[in-house]
Amino acid sequence: MIREFFKPAPEQIETSPTVSDEVKTTTCYMCACRCGIKVHMLDGQIRYIEGNPDHPVNKGVLCAKGSAGIMNHYSPAKLTKPLKRIGERGKAEFQEIEWDEALGIATGWLDAVRRSDPRKLAFFTGRDQSQALTGWWASQFGTPNYAAHGGFCSVNMAAAGLYTIGGSFWEFGEPDWDRTRYFMMFGVAEDHDSNPIKAGLTKVKRSGAKFVSVNPIRTGYSAVADEWIGIRPGTDGMLVLALVHELLRAGKVDLDYIVRYTNLPWLVIRDEGAAGDGLFARGADGEPLCWDGATGQAADARLAGVSPALKGEFSLADGSRAVPAFQIMAQRYLDEAYSPEAAARETGIAASTIRRLAAELAEAAFEREIVLEQRWTDWAGRTHDTMIGRPVSMHAMRGISAHSNGFHTCRAIHMLQVLLGSIDCPGGFLYKPPFPKAAPPGLRPVGRPGEINPATPMAGPPLGFPQGPEDLLIEADGAPRRIDKAFSWDAPIAAHGMMHMVIRNAWAHDPYPIDVLFMYMANMAWNSSMNTAGTLKMLTDRDEATGEYRIPKIIYSDAFFSEMVAYADLVLPDTTYLERWDCISLLDRPICSPEGPADSIRQPVVAPDRDVRPFQDALIDIGARLGLPGLVKEDGSPRYPGGYADYIVNHERAPGIGMLAGWRGETGDSHGTGGANPDQLQRYIDNGCFWQGEIPPDQRYFRHANRGYLEYAVSMGFVGHADQIVLQIYSEPLQRFRLAAQGHGDVQPPDAARNRIETYFDPLPIWYAPFEGAALEEAEYPLHALTQRPMAMYHSWHSQNAWLRQIHGSNPIYVNRGTAAALDIEDGDWVWLTSHHGRIKGRAKLMEGVNGATVWTWNAIGKRAGAWNLAPDAPEAKTSVLLNHTISDLLPEKGDGMRWSNSDPVTGQAAWYDLRVRLEKAAGDEAQESGPQFDAIRPLDALPARPAILRYGLRFSRAWRRTHVDGGRT
Amino acid sequence: MTDLPTRTGRKLGLVIDLDICVGCHACAVNCKEWNTGGHSAPLPDTDPFGAHAAGVWFNRVHSFEVGDGAESRTVHFPRSCLHCENAACVEVCPTGASYKRAEDGIVLVNEDICIGCKLCSWACPYGAREYDEDAGVMKKCTLCIDRIYNENIPEAQRVPACVSTCPANARHFGDLGDPESDVSRMVEERGGYDLIPELRYAPVNKYLPPRPRRGPGGDGPRTLAAAQTPGRAAEAETEEPDGFLGWIDRLLSR
Repeated sequence: MIREFFKPAPEQIETSPTVSDEVKTTTCYMCACRCGIKVHMLDGQIRYIEGNPDHPVNKGVLCAKGSAGIMNHYSPAKLTKPLKRIGERGKAEFQEIEWDEALGIATGWLDAVRRSDPRKLAFFTGRDQSQALTGWWASQFGTPNYAAHGGFCSVNMAAAGLYTIGGSFWEFGEPDWDRTRYFMMFGVAEDHDSNPIKAGLTKVKRSGAKFVSVNPIRTGYSAVADEWIGIRPGTDGMLVLALVHELLRAGKVDLDYIVRYTNLPWLVIRDEGAAGDGLFARGADGEPLCWDGATGQAADARLAGVSPALKGEFSLADGSRAVPAFQIMAQRYLDEAYSPEAAARETGIAASTIRRLAAELAEAAFEREIVLEQRWTDWAGRTHDTMIGRPVSMHAMRGISAHSNGFHTCRAIHMLQVLLGSIDCPGGFLYKPPFPKAAPPGLRPVGRPGEINPATPMAGPPLGFPQGPEDLLIEADGAPRRIDKAFSWDAPIAAHGMMHMVIRNAWAHDPYPIDVLFMYMANMAWNSSMNTAGTLKMLTDRDEATGEYRIPKIIYSDAFFSEMVAYADLVLPDTTYLERWDCISLLDRPICSPEGPADSIRQPVVAPDRDVRPFQDALIDIGARLGLPGLVKEDGSPRYPGGYADYIVNHERAPGIGMLAGWRGETGDSHGTGGANPDQLQRYIDNGCFWQGEIPPDQRYFRHANRGYLEYAVSMGFVGHADQIVLQIYSEPLQRFRLAAQGHGDVQPPDAARNRIETYFDPLPIWYAPFEGAALEEAEYPLHALTQRPMAMYHSWHSQNAWLRQIHGSNPIYVNRGTAAALDIEDGDWVWLTSHHGRIKGRAKLMEGVNGATVWTWNAIGKRAGAWNLAPDAPEAKTSVLLNHTISDLLPEKGDGMRWSNSDPVTGQAAWYDLRVRLEKAAGDEAQESGPQFDAIRPLDALPARPAILRYGLRFSRAWRRTHVDGGRT
Repeated sequence: MTDLPTRTGRKLGLVIDLDICVGCHACAVNCKEWNTGGHSAPLPDTDPFGAHAAGVWFNRVHSFEVGDGAESRTVHFPRSCLHCENAACVEVCPTGASYKRAEDGIVLVNEDICIGCKLCSWACPYGAREYDEDAGVMKKCTLCIDRIYNENIPEAQRVPACVSTCPANARHFGDLGDPESDVSRMVEERGGYDLIPELRYAPVNKYLPPRPRRGPGGDGPRTLAAAQTPGRAAEAETEEPDGFLGWIDRLLSR
């Protein structure tokens, strides 16, 4: 009775509230994946960000990071105004200045450099998505000292792929998720390409295909794998070569594919000690030769009609002896050095498991062959009625690339794919246009002697793909020409530069001093550097004689109060990603899918509420002030007064080729090539801020040898000609470097580098133990230490994000349960991790799913106290760790008088994951906080106070709207 | 103290596929983003940039390991209100603020009459209730009641935010009271199960277990000799390391 009396009236539910009064599409930038988003605005505030269902990258879904975009946009760590340093570097004592003064200071510094020696500007950007602009700007300025972050991220993958198959993982290719029957994933950071991979894994699992994850650590993706292979770090190459050994031994390779699409039938000269040894035998016009079994003569290996021998030794017309590359390859990998037993010793994976994996690969490739009833025409004009698929696909990323053997390991993976016939076939690994390109692409780096002159643009871009020693950027005496020593004998194929060496070299004045270090969104004073504490000293070190900083001037642009801001002399505050124009260009790292080329833009969704400018606008402005030829008109006035949006639309890299491929030409009817279209950005906005071209079904596979596709690629400006792109398993460019090291040719390495070049420039994939471990006593540093990238946090970007830091606000040191027990370490204990370089203290967290010889933690959660406008006692500073403190930028001394960079010897890729450590329990009386601790950075006066409570969305609540907004619009 | 409906017209709920959930937290954050401006707005965060950040989340993902050694597995487990048919959280509510809708079975809190006594959170065995210290009221998953019927949203997207955003497509929404619905069929085919069924709260949400894994010991080939390739096998069987060239004698053509 009484319950009836108190029964409340039913709640009135508003089931159709207004979501937004305006929806704008744009491109996410909460990580590097570039998903399409729809931003809902309500009463001038961001109400909701969701994935754009029409977008080719994410097809409507959005990850944790993207969904937390609101919190980045309203973060209290946003910079608010240009800053000029007034105190000591590193103390974060700044004076706020106006933009005109800031740009004037930058222009003054840069003008002096440009008119004397443009190389004294080192311009390096971080996870920059405007490299089509920034690289071009560097060329216009005339400095070769430019790169983005690829050198410390994934250049091993990009270079190995481009030199081998003319494409690579992630941006340049992906598995045929719909058709693959067997998917192998090696060492993938879970924030990379994240939404497409998650969607792809779902397709793989739903279809009943097998998913094998090779990774020392079993987190997100590996946790749902059919089989997790908890490999010892840095040994993946040995596993892959043992799989090759097994497949060759049993003859389970696709010989038809090999003969048709690879250079393995090409003849290699055998003339030990001669200048031509190991190069391809070539005819009168430079054409590679094969031995035609039908005629019993050497023939142009590129001809369609030949029947090339894969074995044998042949005498050529000039008397030289030659053998097919296939024979060299097969003999090498059939050797017992690559047996499953040999691989088991290095990898920790049982030989029986390796044999089984090889059998599974062969079964998927050859017994589950896919036959598509799809006519297509090959490069030679022959029509085929079907497309044959070998449905094995692979993906690899950071766990392969971040080792000093990463280039060769990645090449080994591509070789395995090619031997199975699974590159760009149904169910295999698919290129994303504008790839494939020639292996390697024809672009050479610019900056050789004579190519750099005061007040003069360079003739081409600073980064490229050396084909031999003559393409290196070195002085006559072999000394590096670039400040990071990329494209020198230290790292000849440093195709993405070596950002991780810039600060050390600039500080050491090696190979020369610079005057201005100009960086954009790269947190080099913390998580983006090896040897972080040493880097801080280099940034603040003064020349004893002059009292000046050894790196005289530092300009830095960032949207947030990162650790690096404190070390700048001039700070150019950037906008958030929702306040700017941007373009994701085919000239940079594109968003294409195997189904077709695509590019996209960002448009300003909200206007900045503070005195900040998009970095690209500032860069274009500085360029015009400097009078850089491409940035001013003939009368000296700015060529792009409308800033980056103006540049995106009107700049042409070559006639008809601009930043965006869609809606070109006066009327917007051209795609790929065409003149500028003043209405282009609106056309993008009307289409959801992206453009996508479509490739017809007969051009969807075998695109390295598909005439229709290759002609389309020429028409789009992707490649220069429609010749077949032959997959380069045997790499002649590598052999050219090796020959130089053996004393051949005019361009010779210094003696100290000779042995290194000869060893690591093997024309076929090799495996060797990662350098750091090989230089240390195993007993002293028995464990490997790695970082993993959480799916809900991108590097250092999101510790100021109120939501994401609740998910990853503190990172423990994860240890295998058995390993911990042997060291008497229990869950939650404070432990020290000690490397040859440094040590960190954190809390141990025990787990099963990690290789017993490996410890790990999440990447970049540890922060310096005071940075990012976090409270000084935030867990990011007090209980979190930063593995970088244990990673040296140099290898241990070897006694050869050299200090080698901690990098891959071929590409210069930073070898983060080579790290070796020992683990010890901290003493009971040690402070219960992470170490090392640094002085807190003084917070900027201009940053807003941190709220005690955040009530985001209160203004959208029913109660608020009833009383404040519009009398209850529903 | 508050009555449950004797039966509900529909049983709206979620089906979560643990076979493909990679634990990415997209559901949790997108839920937070939608709902902090939605029916229960706001979902506050206290000390958001300090030492003890804590917020209201309707959906949380737990990653943990089960088993030891080679038998161990990592599980990613998203947790939110299960909209139980016998919702204890409703029955203990002294004011009627917690209630289950008769028309669709969604369990909601009427904040206007919630006194913040937290009895419901004590009653819920799934830990699905979220107390808003700032407002002094209990909040919880609404199954995005302001999305699923929202005529301002395109029909295809009238699903909870967590479902719409899930990159792995591991979350599904529908009427679990209708045996013909997609979600019911999915539960049937995959052996979807209730969380802690012995408590008899009859949760509407279901979890789909991991599919059988094709790991070692499955029905796949063990060795290459066993992996016969039609048309190739005879050429391929070469046990002698030096005999590898034997099988490439046939004339291959480009």
